[in-house]
Amino acid sequence: MMLPPQSITPIEVGRLVGNVERFRNEGYRLVQIGCTKVADHYEINYCFDKDYMFEVLRITVTADTEVPSITGMYWGAFIYENEMHDLFGIQVKGMNIDFKGTLIKTRVKFPFSQAAEKVATPKPAPAKAEPKKEEAP
Amino acid sequence: MTKQIIVPFGPQHPVLPEPIHLDLVLEDERVIDAVPSIGYIHRGFEKLVEKREFTEYTYIAERTCGICSFIHGATYCQAIEQIMNIEVPERAQYLRVIWSEYSRLHSHLLWLGLFADAFGFENLFMGAWRIRERVLDVLEQTTGGRVIQGSAKIGGVRRDISGEKLDAMVKDLDILDREMKDLTTVFLEDESVKHRLRNVGILSREDAYHLGAVGPTARGSGAAFDLRMTGYGAYDRLNFQLVTDSCGDCYSRCLVRAKELFTSTDLIRQAAKKIPDGPIDVKVTGAPNGEFFMRAEQPRGELVHYVKGNGTKFLARSRIRTPTLTNIPPLVKILQGCELADVPVIVLSIDPCISCTER
Repeated sequence: MMLPPQSITPIEVGRLVGNVERFRNEGYRLVQIGCTKVADHYEINYCFDKDYMFEVLRITVTADTEVPSITGMYWGAFIYENEMHDLFGIQVKGMNIDFKGTLIKTRVKFPFSQAAEKVATPKPAPAKAEPKKEEAP
Repeated sequence: MTKQIIVPFGPQHPVLPEPIHLDLVLEDERVIDAVPSIGYIHRGFEKLVEKREFTEYTYIAERTCGICSFIHGATYCQAIEQIMNIEVPERAQYLRVIWSEYSRLHSHLLWLGLFADAFGFENLFMGAWRIRERVLDVLEQTTGGRVIQGSAKIGGVRRDISGEKLDAMVKDLDILDREMKDLTTVFLEDESVKHRLRNVGILSREDAYHLGAVGPTARGSGAAFDLRMTGYGAYDRLNFQLVTDSCGDCYSRCLVRAKELFTSTDLIRQAAKKIPDGPIDVKVTGAPNGEFFMRAEQPRGELVHYVKGNGTKFLARSRIRTPTLTNIPPLVKILQGCELADVPVIVLSIDPCISCTER
């Protein structure tokens, strides 16, 4: 069965809180927040559901943009906001629980997406020399 | 004012099979706050889409979890199929349902065992895992793998199940039902189990819904939603009732999972009866160009595979939102105000799968 096409509503960052508040008041639950790097900017998708009606709000930001937190309306959003901070370096303002880059404990420091590019690939271990065969006495 | 102390819980703990860390802020024996930390085994699966072709990524998606692996693979495939407008053969859709429901049986039985272990009922733990072996045997016989099935592919499935085998599986379900009935009776009727789980770790319906709880964690609090109701795959041709409970405590979450075992066996019976003959896959040509949020119901709740293709064989983005990730904020709320001794049981009651979370 092919599912119906999904609509994604692009909005400006400044209108994010107002739109999320509307979803909260209409009884939608927050499904997820996800970030995607597209060329030199980031798309952040805010997904909501009510009675299996799926709605997506999308904001497009640069690395310098400060994104307002929606934890005032959806308390549990801190998990997604900290995640996109740790993995993509998105600055989120006003989170109820701010892990300051320690939620995702990767070997490289946050943001993972930028730091990972600077990490040198580990060199393979040198091959062990063949043990010399002992000569028979 | 009572002195507050912080007790670190995990990432290594006798009742936690996987690494999650909680800083428990205590006043005497009461938990005032809980601060979670994850990311100890973050694997960066999502980043691998840049290095693996979208067809190969099915195997990676499947390895997100070692319990509901088939559902991960199938959900990823469905996301690609939606973007590429691929009509999957009917038989393949029914086979996906059958394997998905066996995965759910496997997961719930595994969890019931772990949960029994958490509240100190060793014999019940062994009983649950003994029955689970029967489910794993079927998965192995039909797909070749106990843990990673590898049978989902874009455009259908890799393996078929013969009519004789399906008949044998349905016969075995009667035995499985009897054994599960005996097992779940202990979980739901035994006074000592009830005493340990009732009124422990209460999550209200309002909190469950707005904090993002999914799956049995949400349904145990009366939030009645299950993504199978949207009718993806062959679910729109099968009948089942949502299992919910309204108390929102550890017992309710246990009850929902225990009853869902029988929903799964019933769905397998229906699918085995209705499955049509025909091909199990279609040829896939081209590359995905577009995006889709595919949602499916895992044993732990709603799973989201977001896929964005750019017309090449390498995807631009794969984002996996697992049920455990979204069940962490409700867990933090549940823990606030509970007794320290109840923490292991409460944490286990959301069925945390950190392997999924650390995709």
